[in-house]
Amino acid sequence: MAEVLVVVEASQTSGVKKVTLEMLTIARSLGSVSAVVLGGAGAAEQFAAKLGEFGAEKIYAGEGEEVDGYLVAPKATVVAELIKRIEPAAVLLASSQEGKEIAGRLAVKLDNGLLTDAVEVAADGTATQVVFAGSGIVKSKVTRGLPIVTIRPNSITPVAAAATPAVEQLTVTVSDTDKLTKVVERVAEQKGSRPELTEASIVVSGGRGVGNADNFKLVEEMADLLGGAVGASRAAVDSGYYPHQFQVGQTGKTVSPQLYVALGISGAIQHRAGMQTSKTIIAVNKDPEAPIFELADFGVVGDLFKVVPQADEEIRKRK
Amino acid sequence: MNIVVLVKQVPDSGAERTLSSSDNTVERASANNVINEMDEYAIEEALKIKEAHGGEVTILTMGPERAADSVRKALSMGPDKAVHVSDEALHGSCAVATSKVLAAALGTLNADIVICGAESTDGRVQVMPHMLAERLGVAALTGARKLTVEGSQLTAERQTDEGYEVVTAATPAVVSVWDTINEPRYPSFKGIMAAKKKPVTTLSLADLGIAADEVGAAGATSAVVEFAKRPPRSAGQKITDEGTGGEQLVAYLAAEKFV
Repeated sequence: MAEVLVVVEASQTSGVKKVTLEMLTIARSLGSVSAVVLGGAGAAEQFAAKLGEFGAEKIYAGEGEEVDGYLVAPKATVVAELIKRIEPAAVLLASSQEGKEIAGRLAVKLDNGLLTDAVEVAADGTATQVVFAGSGIVKSKVTRGLPIVTIRPNSITPVAAAATPAVEQLTVTVSDTDKLTKVVERVAEQKGSRPELTEASIVVSGGRGVGNADNFKLVEEMADLLGGAVGASRAAVDSGYYPHQFQVGQTGKTVSPQLYVALGISGAIQHRAGMQTSKTIIAVNKDPEAPIFELADFGVVGDLFKVVPQADEEIRKRK
Repeated sequence: MNIVVLVKQVPDSGAERTLSSSDNTVERASANNVINEMDEYAIEEALKIKEAHGGEVTILTMGPERAADSVRKALSMGPDKAVHVSDEALHGSCAVATSKVLAAALGTLNADIVICGAESTDGRVQVMPHMLAERLGVAALTGARKLTVEGSQLTAERQTDEGYEVVTAATPAVVSVWDTINEPRYPSFKGIMAAKKKPVTTLSLADLGIAADEVGAAGATSAVVEFAKRPPRSAGQKITDEGTGGEQLVAYLAAEKFV
């Protein structure tokens, strides 16, 4: 069976990301799974157990300062060289900023097609993509070269399938052109132990109705009780209530959790674009005409400062 | 500083969007077409760099004739001139082909900095800046929420899931920006009037030395095989809080096994 490459999305601090496990699960239906770990020295060793648990039979490690110390370009070079050598049946990457950027460079280097934001990949390489803010579904194929596909987080439920991967260290040879953009510093701003926004199965978001930055504690409290991530609408971010990396919407993150709770969010198209493929949507808003209610499975018209504390209390009781 | 801003005309993301039933490309003819919102932040950043360091700002767009409206709109914010790559053969071009065309056009412009929005609201593919950097052999600083220019040295704060990365490179470079980087100015009446007289150069594929079969549907590296509308979500239960709204909400969550 031909190899399928999965370019691992992981971080030294939070480990292998859930989207990677989703990619491994999808890749198993396409061929023999090989994971590609790109990062600092020792990264492959750190992630090997987890990758094996989800079916990686082989791990290619492209490690070191040459890979990790510069933005994207060296990673693309390492993967492109590997593709030329082993001629895989397909390459899967995460639909994250970096995953897409690597994919873009691969497409140029190999004069190859690419498909982004797939939620499903069929055995023949046909990808299913959700487009136009969740209002359309497209099936696409790469028509030149091998399928290079980026997978959107929370597309499928990862399924474990134990394997014991052998690790192969790649010889990293990058050009000076690959080293034009240096990464000087990586700063973590994520607060607490909450799951990452795009990967969380529950997201609790606040909007303009939250009123101020301090009141966002209310959103955080409910998120913590439900074990979810915190999101924010653009209106809330623009008003300075919450940092931009938590923005859900057309210009922000696209999330697709099992449960999305919208607090004080009117539901403008800008916001809906980032969350309307969520499985279950709950809304609390004082305006009965708010468009968010058009897509909410359960809506409460009321004052969130009364409804949310009461709901929190009720969740605590049921725990 | 010679700065080029990439601008894309897209169907308004606030209205209904679809693919053309004849060839599965984005339906643009009947759409309300606007400047890709993120590109306005790119224009603003370019103008700020010009104001601080001098130089010239050029708009570069690839698109059908009607994209000329967006070029004028972009110019009304303050850039000096524009280049519009327009050719019927470009219809249906994939990202790979688009990057080939834009790289060729950039080859005629000798830019120190190429700035664009981090993604377009229609495709949201997010690959163009790195594709261009790859083709041109220049640095890429992408996903910037802050950009500092000191001489020929660029430093950007690149937004990541965990926080941000500080990345640095010398010009020439491609930079992409998120909407957190600045607050785009509104075109003034004077700006709108001035934009009408600013030079706009139109380039065809032949002008760029690219054959028609390298782009468009003929040269596409991927194809849409099927398109369907997703059924719109329907509203579920809506209650008005009369003192037990929070409890009822949790009862619903419990019934759905979330608590």
